[in-house]
Amino acid sequence: MKVQINHERCQGHGRCYDLAPSLFGDDDEGYGTVLRDGTVPPGGEHDARLAELNCPEHAVELVEEA
Amino acid sequence: MTADERFSEENLQARVDAPLGVRNEVITGPVSDWATDFSHLEPEWAADPYRIQDDLRQSCPIAHTERFGGAWLPTTYEDVAAIAYDTERFSSRSIILSNFRPPRELAPIGGSPPISSDPPFHRDARRLLLPAFTKSEIAKQEPETRRFCHSLIDAFGERDVVDAATEYAQHIPMRVIADMLGFPPEDGPQFREFVEDLLEGINLPQDERIERVSRMWEYLLAQVHDHIDRPREDLTSHLLNAELYGRKLEPGHVVGAMALLLIAGIDTSWSAIGASLWHLARTTGDRRRLMAEPALLPTAIEEFLRAYAPVTMARLVKRDMHWHGVDMTAEDWILLSFPAANRDPAQFDRADEVVIDREVNRHAAFGLGIHRCLGSHLARMELRVAVEVWLERIGEFSLADPSAVTWAAGQIRGPRTLPLRIR
Repeated sequence: MKVQINHERCQGHGRCYDLAPSLFGDDDEGYGTVLRDGTVPPGGEHDARLAELNCPEHAVELVEEA
Repeated sequence: MTADERFSEENLQARVDAPLGVRNEVITGPVSDWATDFSHLEPEWAADPYRIQDDLRQSCPIAHTERFGGAWLPTTYEDVAAIAYDTERFSSRSIILSNFRPPRELAPIGGSPPISSDPPFHRDARRLLLPAFTKSEIAKQEPETRRFCHSLIDAFGERDVVDAATEYAQHIPMRVIADMLGFPPEDGPQFREFVEDLLEGINLPQDERIERVSRMWEYLLAQVHDHIDRPREDLTSHLLNAELYGRKLEPGHVVGAMALLLIAGIDTSWSAIGASLWHLARTTGDRRRLMAEPALLPTAIEEFLRAYAPVTMARLVKRDMHWHGVDMTAEDWILLSFPAANRDPAQFDRADEVVIDREVNRHAAFGLGIHRCLGSHLARMELRVAVEVWLERIGEFSLADPSAVTWAAGQIRGPRTLPLRIR
């Protein structure tokens, strides 16, 4: 599973980097960024899901890898 | 010392001669029917807007009023979100609903950029401020904020009852934003007056309102001149030095942005801190649970922000249109109630309950879309630290006199008097 951010939607609320700081960071203006390549490590699924479900702009997406 | 011609008497006079806006007749008094005559400035709304909004959501759901020269109040999450995202049909030229519409020529900049700005100018004005308000920048303010919260509680002395609104909540954001703007911390009491003048004095007679607003303008100009003479590492000097499109900012932009940071930075966090303490004072189970499980606090804070969202915004309709079942006219106001959106049962389970361990909480307390509250990271820090220190120091507390609690009317809602028994 990977996380990604739709930068068209992100407004910098910061819920993703609050709730899942091992998966997300922020840029100089506070917009969310995906750390490394966004791969969710084993045990990180809950945090990834929280980040997705708490983004007010629906900008955080989870993609299942094939 | 360098002269800054932008703030000379002559240049500022040109502003006074700028085009005038449109005023309407001021209508006050009891509301006859909330669906056709609403007013967010009447005492019934201040006491409990949620019941009114819940009723409207089921029966209406977009209320109207002839007051304020015509305004609409959407009450579903879906409608509030649609308007927040639709900057084509709804302008932010004025975000405080009043009896005065500023001239259309003010768009896309508005009186207090970037909150009053529309695209494309909005993005550029916002970028000037975003770096100062990131989570990591704001974290630098946390130790001093915590120390200040402790000093406020120290000042309670041995008293059994304190007013948590005026002796605690109010001072925290006032102190932080004064530091960030580089204003003297002892000017705090004046800031409270500015807030009341601007946000609660909506229905005052025109001349009085103009006079009150100009008091703040004069205060801010004095701060500008002080910073021109003695530049510092703060937001006021930052705005004075900032450039957009290859030139320094217009004087109205500088002072308007200072006004925005001052006003938006105070009333809102003050309200959120007060409402959270009010809830905990009257909800023993939640209070004890948070004392036993401090790690739950950030989750609880999000729920307080959802259930007691302090901020309602406004928009102006750009042109006549049929919108979601109603006929809107150009220049109608929209009262954009994020609190109403946050209590829509179509969006939230148990929307009318405060569930402090609510894990999924996609609330709109800080707005949606391009105008997401610039200070949201600051507000969250202030609210978390204020409640954390309070629980740590006070522990058990309760409402000293529930009937003595008063709430602000208008677009920013929070307790203005909150007597708490603390021992």
